[in-house]
Amino acid sequence: MKFLARKVKGNSLWSDATRRLLNDNFATWSFVIILIYVAIALLVYFNLIATSWQETIGGSREAPDLSKGVLHWAGLDIFGRSVVLKTIQGTYTAMYVGLVSSLIAIPIGVVMGALAGYFGGWVDDLITWIYTTLTNIPEFLLLIAIAIAMGKGVTTVCIALGVTSWVGLARLIRAEFMKHKNREYVLAAQALGGGHVRRMLKHIFPNVLHIVIIGFSLRFVTGIKSEVILTYLGLGAEIGKGSSWGLMIADASGELIQGVWWGLAAATLAMFPIVLAFSLFADALRDAIDPKLRH
Amino acid sequence: MFAYIVRRLLYAIPILLGTTFLLFLLFNVVPGDPALQLAGKHATPEVIQTIRIELGLNKPWYGQYFDLLKQLMTFDFGRSYWTKQKITDMISSGAGASFSLGFPAFIIETAISLIVGLMIALYRGSLLDKTVVAFSVAAQSVSLLVYILAGQYLLAYKWGLFPISGYDPDLIGRWPYLVLPIGIFVFLSVAPELRFYRTIFLDELYQDYVRTARSKGLGMKTVMLRHVLKNAMIPILTNLVISIPFLILGSVLIESFFQVPGLGDLIVKAIANNDRPVLISITVLGTFAYIIFNLLSDILYAMVDPRVQLK
Repeated sequence: MKFLARKVKGNSLWSDATRRLLNDNFATWSFVIILIYVAIALLVYFNLIATSWQETIGGSREAPDLSKGVLHWAGLDIFGRSVVLKTIQGTYTAMYVGLVSSLIAIPIGVVMGALAGYFGGWVDDLITWIYTTLTNIPEFLLLIAIAIAMGKGVTTVCIALGVTSWVGLARLIRAEFMKHKNREYVLAAQALGGGHVRRMLKHIFPNVLHIVIIGFSLRFVTGIKSEVILTYLGLGAEIGKGSSWGLMIADASGELIQGVWWGLAAATLAMFPIVLAFSLFADALRDAIDPKLRH
Repeated sequence: MFAYIVRRLLYAIPILLGTTFLLFLLFNVVPGDPALQLAGKHATPEVIQTIRIELGLNKPWYGQYFDLLKQLMTFDFGRSYWTKQKITDMISSGAGASFSLGFPAFIIETAISLIVGLMIALYRGSLLDKTVVAFSVAAQSVSLLVYILAGQYLLAYKWGLFPISGYDPDLIGRWPYLVLPIGIFVFLSVAPELRFYRTIFLDELYQDYVRTARSKGLGMKTVMLRHVLKNAMIPILTNLVISIPFLILGSVLIESFFQVPGLGDLIVKAIANNDRPVLISITVLGTFAYIIFNLLSDILYAMVDPRVQLK
């Protein structure tokens, strides 16, 4: 009898999804890449690597040289600094922008969406009005307006991205909460005396958690890509205060014509795997969780 | 139908007020007094006060907000701080250049992504489908700035196939300058659009009517062209109509790199020169256009799909 009791344990949504993800090579590799980038960002944050990125180690704009050691592999910038170290520093900036902007956008999106979907009525009308207002301003223009209002800098970029990118998630969460609030399990929770907060957090939220995780992954992509563009426009990281892929690409717009291609190449090569990994991971997660997509 | 249009029009009013007020707020928390900036370093307090009255800065905030709404309704936005030109003139000349760049690019891009999207949806799971999707996912993982920089450097500078940058206001003379920007625009927008259309077609492919059409003996191509395309038209149409304001707005970065004097270029210069009235008027106008086209797409939606009006 004892072994039967052990066997009955079924697969939960998450253990099922984890198994699917592990079986999916793309998803596993994407996750490994994400972990590597997170590790690099943490090492930079704790001043363990690339601390001497501002040091001059050679002539101005020296071309990549494989024989002179790792620091010279991607050449030197205008001040003779190692592009390899700058790229590593940039990884930190990119991950920081991705993380902070997501941490701003996700809670706003979840709370707004949950309240609108769960309560309906005037709460829904108000929240719908707020996000319709936001989406009716072309995103790019809104980003510029916020960035100008708040002054330049990486923090501005994070806040501007956070404030503009919660709407899509809020919409999805709202629709899910609307669907779930009248389901039997929620009604049962109500019958047992569960209040609004308990029903929203304990009962419905776990059922929409996958949307939040997918949203997080996609926000990260938006964050990393937008940082580059806002920085180029002169609204992001300031020169001399840390390094970023955006700054490296912006520098290339003047340097390329002199044949200095390595800054651009290094930033692009660094950005490609992480953006790809986050997009593939979001896709794989969606496929692993959404039963409709299993054809 | 009429009642629906009126309802949607009325609904657009709070949205318009909300968006303009939000932008007004954002642009009014910017530190620095525009009157000081305009008057220059050696201005007397009287001069500054005159400028302030001229710009309406002495009014309370609701007066200034009302002025902004009035400017929007009369399409008269005053003068730029930087060039001293009338902003309305700057915008109308910029819109022409942006449109010459955006419109052909939009047509080509839509045609390519619709046709390829339909094809890979039809042969989903095949090697062709997988390759195209993989390429577009990979292509989207590179910053668009890199494409613009690399395209301009290689095709125009290194190999000299196109002019590096510039523009000719002449109706015919402008095209040699626009070929490369249009090409890059198409290249940049095909990847995301392609995946969008593929998803739409795939959504339709699993509907009951497709199975019915198949079971009565229609070939897959006929089903695709006669049934799926028609039903997919609804989201496609919405997507297309909503893209139109962005055509007029232009691709900010492409214009800036190729020095096409469109609205995008205007924005980049206004940011660099801290030219607030130009930024406000372009953002407000852009938002206004976006609201109008959203409205239009909703109405079109209701015309194509009668179920919408019932909601």
